[in-house]
Amino acid sequence: MAMAAEIKGTNSVAAPLLQVKDLVVEFPTRAGTLRALDKISFDIAPGEILGVVGESGAGKSLTGAAIIGLLEPPGRVAGGEIWLEGQRIDNLDHEAMRHIRGRRIGAIFQDPLTSLNPLYSIGRQLTETIRAHLPMSEKDARARAISLLQDTGIPAAQERIDHYPHQFSGGMRQRVVIALALAAEPKLIVADEPTTALDVSIQAQIIALLKTVCREHGAAVMLITHDMGVIAETCDRVAVMYAGRIAEIGPVHAVINHPAHPYSAGLMAAIPDITIDRENLHQIDGAMPRLNAIPVGCAFNPRCDKSMERCGRERPDLMPAGPTRAACWLHAAGQAN
Amino acid sequence: MALVQANDLAMHFDVSAPWLNRVVERAPRLLLHAVDGVSFEIQKGKTLALVGESGCGKSTVARLLVGLYQPTRGSFRFDGTDAHATYNSSAGLQLRRRIQMIFQDPYASLNPRWIVEDIVGEPLTEHGLITDKTRLRTRVEELLLSVGLAAQDRIKYPHQFSGGQRQRISIARALATEPEFLVCDEPTSALDVSVQAQVLNIMKDLQRRLGLTYLFISHNLAVVRHVSDQVGVMYLGRLVELADKQDLFANPRHPYTRMLLDAIPKMHDTGRARTPVQGEVPNPLSPPSGCAFNPRCPHANDRCRTERPAMREVTGLRIACHAVEEGRI
Amino acid sequence: MNQWQRIWHGDVGYSFRTSPVAIGAAVVALACVISAVFAGWIAPHNPFDLATLDLADARLPPAWTAGGSSKFVLGTDDQGRDILSALMYGARISLAVGVASVLLSVAIGVVMGLVAGFLGGWVDAALMRLCDVMLSFPAILVALLIAGVGRAVFPNAPDNLALGVLIVSITLTGWVQYARTVRGSTMVERNKEYVQAARVTGVASMRIMRRHVLPNVMGPVLVLATIQVATAIITEATLSFLGVGAPPTSPSLGTLIRIGNDYLFSGEWWITIFPGLMLVIIALSVNLLGDWLRDALNPRLR
Repeated sequence: MAMAAEIKGTNSVAAPLLQVKDLVVEFPTRAGTLRALDKISFDIAPGEILGVVGESGAGKSLTGAAIIGLLEPPGRVAGGEIWLEGQRIDNLDHEAMRHIRGRRIGAIFQDPLTSLNPLYSIGRQLTETIRAHLPMSEKDARARAISLLQDTGIPAAQERIDHYPHQFSGGMRQRVVIALALAAEPKLIVADEPTTALDVSIQAQIIALLKTVCREHGAAVMLITHDMGVIAETCDRVAVMYAGRIAEIGPVHAVINHPAHPYSAGLMAAIPDITIDRENLHQIDGAMPRLNAIPVGCAFNPRCDKSMERCGRERPDLMPAGPTRAACWLHAAGQAN
Repeated sequence: MALVQANDLAMHFDVSAPWLNRVVERAPRLLLHAVDGVSFEIQKGKTLALVGESGCGKSTVARLLVGLYQPTRGSFRFDGTDAHATYNSSAGLQLRRRIQMIFQDPYASLNPRWIVEDIVGEPLTEHGLITDKTRLRTRVEELLLSVGLAAQDRIKYPHQFSGGQRQRISIARALATEPEFLVCDEPTSALDVSVQAQVLNIMKDLQRRLGLTYLFISHNLAVVRHVSDQVGVMYLGRLVELADKQDLFANPRHPYTRMLLDAIPKMHDTGRARTPVQGEVPNPLSPPSGCAFNPRCPHANDRCRTERPAMREVTGLRIACHAVEEGRI
Repeated sequence: MNQWQRIWHGDVGYSFRTSPVAIGAAVVALACVISAVFAGWIAPHNPFDLATLDLADARLPPAWTAGGSSKFVLGTDDQGRDILSALMYGARISLAVGVASVLLSVAIGVVMGLVAGFLGGWVDAALMRLCDVMLSFPAILVALLIAGVGRAVFPNAPDNLALGVLIVSITLTGWVQYARTVRGSTMVERNKEYVQAARVTGVASMRIMRRHVLPNVMGPVLVLATIQVATAIITEATLSFLGVGAPPTSPSLGTLIRIGNDYLFSGEWWITIFPGLMLVIIALSVNLLGDWLRDALNPRLR
């Protein structure tokens, strides 16, 4: 069946930076093997910001961990491929992956307190990372570290470079973490809930920073979060995940304002909006299925008010649905919309 | 008369170094003014939401109202009588029947070793309201059904439930003694969006049916917009603005409230120009002199830096800001 | 499913069923306990009934060596007592002292720890200083002191009193580790929201400690207790070896080892080696059980 060929990147002509094809992540447990990610496929174009949104258990953090190569055992990649700049990275050994991590992929995690080593000054941590990946002298690395700190908005970077993490506040620490992630000029940054632990006013600063600094350094970002507001303000495209699968993927405003998948639609409607008053929030009855009880066919079908007979039998792949792609039989070719 | 009246509530924590350190190092006494003079009222059947960022003292206010702390200053009057005097007297148990609390963390707010029936039934047995085992079981089942759980869930352990379901069990426990006033400390902050919607709907529904009064603590202004009648904005232990929900969101007056509303990432583009956000919340141990917000405020003048603004009634809402008082903004 | 079925089918039960070491250790420990408890019925002879002893049987080697007799499988000691039977009776004393002292230590330590952790302030400080003091005394010396003083004060005391003194002296230093562990766990649990919820409901502090906090802090206590049974048995054996433990008329394994020690160099090795082996087997199996329990209860390793 000649379906429209996979759209690589959005409408860019350049080859995609990151390609994830049918990625499967499994966890062997004593109750059997659990599939935490079930054939995830998406691309990230160079310089693009892709948001990955979903509720707990949807598998968004696992996707990030699989890409960086930091899956916690016994979890493992059990199928599919991950390609970075034309090179396959999911089957590399530890040593090879270590070179990729930091140099070509940077990471930002949720808790700025534990992301930095409390025993070393931030200057030392920055120069160590820089020199591990780029051939530079100590002096040059330090100069680069200072300029990175200035880029991320740390005041008086010349003095503060020798300070220790505990001497910074939460928001400042997260800026240092961003500087650390950019230290070796990676092409891709995976940010897992970078603003969730921060106050609202700081969140806004950090989001704006992430956007500008990544644009300036030419890095693409995979932004993993559960906060749709953050996604709306930062991302170019967004992927909505459900029960280890991608439910919908497409340009951010299309997914938010005209969601094609019933789950995305339910999610958008359930989020309280600060601009309007509503009597009751829309609720999706039931809960996300546990990994050992994922329904046959479409994982969302028991909770979906538009489900058809086919939905309980066959699992839908991502298919074009207007400006986005949704894994939903409602949009099958030939189905009246 | 309002059901809940808080008047100049204050709570100071002594966080000084141990006595030996203070003597040897000559370190000074350190007082953390977690709550520094907060006054508000809640009418029966209404919801007051308290919002603010970390360190603003909203959780401490919650714990003051339910009697977990003794206020350093000020009073809390419930249904006309001084609540803390009652908490400390023999009538304290009776008062605790009428005021209950729902906590933030669904994983830590239920004893992992008890079954649901014992957890939800504990307030009833503790207050001696029901002694007969069969009647207790029936009442627990009723409570579970009222929050959307099954009657058979009473024999299960907390770890067999999801976060949203655990929060419902907490609500069922809080409702056991038929309280009039519920203090809710960030009840949905740890929950997913779709689960949050379910829990908030249940809470609103229960309020309508049972005539409950809520104090709703949250840092999420969108949730607050959905559940509250009145909103109080807190900053570093002080109330800076207190207004009806419609007024606050349509026309925020205090510079901090405006900054907060602007800073929230919005899902749908409102097209409103954003004021750039400045600075960070200062260390609560050494708050700025005068108005606590002055270092970050674009409208601060000398008076703001020296004199702490008092909460005043200005065109129908209550606000603590010199600039608004003086008509500068 | 009742409580026991739930445990068997749960994570801990699964861990037990799939660990050959745990099962093996449990079987061995159980065998020792049964032989000790039912010694009166299982043992081939009663080594402490003076009427059945015959000096002609003294110092016979084990049955499989030259000169041995199948009547005395592991040989006899200098008085003609059957070693195998003496082992069983001796194990009874050792296990009884070990288990009793641990139970007593747990009871005292858990209560102290709960009170210190829950009340905090000067009560906590005072109790922890008491712990520090107790820890600065080596357990053996304390036991020696008390046993020695006991003997001096009650020279004609019956055997039961001697055992009681022995149990007390081991308990005196044993309770401290429970107190510390429970205090730490209590301080963590005390700040959890289910405890605050109970306070808001109006439950009294004592009830909160007993009904809410206690069940949640017992996990590490169980592990410690299992391992400490082995330590207590060895401590008792040491004391008996030194002569201040169980009396010769109802000897424990340690006493037997001491008695046999004198004959070691004259070639009659079985009188001391077999009690020694028995001691090692009991201590090892209990220790292995304790190790398994600690790993099984550790949520991170699951």
